[in-house]
Amino acid sequence: MKDQYDIVVVGAGPAGSMAARFAAEKGVSVLLLEKDRDVGYPVRCAEAVVSAGLEEFISPDKKWIASEINKFSLFAPDNTEVVLEFPFTGFVLERRIFDYELAKQAASFGTDVLTRAYVNGLLFDGNKVCGVKFEHRGEQKQVKAKVVIAADGVESRVGRWAGLKTHVDFREMESCAQVTISNINVKADTCYFYFGKDVSPNGYLWVFPKGDSTANVGLGVSGLVGKNRSALSYLNEFLETNFPGAPVLTSIAGGVPCSITLEKISAPGIMLVGDAARQVNPISGGGIISGMRGGRIAGRIAAESILSNKPDHIFSYDKEWHEKVGKKHEASNRLKEGVFNFSDEKLNNLAHSFLKVPMEKRTLGNLCRTALINQPSLLFDIAKVFFV
Amino acid sequence: MILIEILPDKCDFCGCCVGVCPEDAIELKEAEIRIIEELCTNCAKCVWCCPFEVLKFNKEAASAKREKI
Repeated sequence: MKDQYDIVVVGAGPAGSMAARFAAEKGVSVLLLEKDRDVGYPVRCAEAVVSAGLEEFISPDKKWIASEINKFSLFAPDNTEVVLEFPFTGFVLERRIFDYELAKQAASFGTDVLTRAYVNGLLFDGNKVCGVKFEHRGEQKQVKAKVVIAADGVESRVGRWAGLKTHVDFREMESCAQVTISNINVKADTCYFYFGKDVSPNGYLWVFPKGDSTANVGLGVSGLVGKNRSALSYLNEFLETNFPGAPVLTSIAGGVPCSITLEKISAPGIMLVGDAARQVNPISGGGIISGMRGGRIAGRIAAESILSNKPDHIFSYDKEWHEKVGKKHEASNRLKEGVFNFSDEKLNNLAHSFLKVPMEKRTLGNLCRTALINQPSLLFDIAKVFFV
Repeated sequence: MILIEILPDKCDFCGCCVGVCPEDAIELKEAEIRIIEELCTNCAKCVWCCPFEVLKFNKEAASAKREKI
């Protein structure tokens, strides 16, 4: 490790590793710092992604794919099950191996990587960030950088130290609890979603298979729900009812910022990516691909700014992110507010309508159409979501 | 005076509390968590957002404080 780099990236999740990779690829020097002793562990993720998004970055490899998904199974509050074909290929990942591969990818372009490096402050030159302070195996150290990229996750503090408003509104924080359980009966090609106020108020509970006898089972509740009852308590009740006695291989907590992207994701000498920038798709809670896209844009722009010696060029990141991804998240945030407020009765009616559609025609698009024909009042809800 | 109690043995160090803290009053390392006393305003948002019931609002301390006042 040197005491000065062009770019220091804080956090070696998918967004951080991609920022490092796409910067290093341009020929600038990059250091990637990770607070934990391992890249990729502990996993705080339900691990599902769409293949096409992933392939922008890495070729699918069996060693980090636990299941290939081509069906969705949706459970209404009255337990009506609707199965539909997923129009894309999906994967349930082995994040602990996947994240490792991405960090290796960054390293292969010349990025230096250091684990057990806990960043606890920033270095400033006037109001411009010019490096980070960190603790490494009990020693306080510092490293200088022309640009710091904060990829420090949902618990991000780096952006705050640079004066950016990064805290998540408690109503938009999905506090999640998840277990990986085995000896259960699930179809390896199907992702299961459960809806209803008793199971998962204002969201969904997921069962994502990792093979045919193991699955990630989890849910998230917003701070508004969590005030009265925790995610863990909802999850335990579901497990007792649906998978009693199943061996629990892992049990984790995690937070998903289900909001639109922060208003500002760059400031002098610093850029924010991934969960730290709140680059999660608010309706699905998925943040792997969008975080990687954020990392790719930020890494490239940071390198360009250094190579052209134009420090202000990093501010163009905000606009490029918004055009390419951010504005889609704004639409999906409006949809989230509509859909997750559906009553149990409405969800049941929807499921009953869906069941009348023949299996071969059960695509997501057709389901929306059928829902509208069978229950025209839904149109008002969708209209409300998009236009009000 | 902090009225929020952390039960570190229950903690998974996930960072939900840090993400919602408006005051940047929680410090989280790989497997260590603490509330920074000078910054905490006892707003309890961290309590509401903890998936694992690690943070508790200490009602006894709160009412004791009220009596004192």
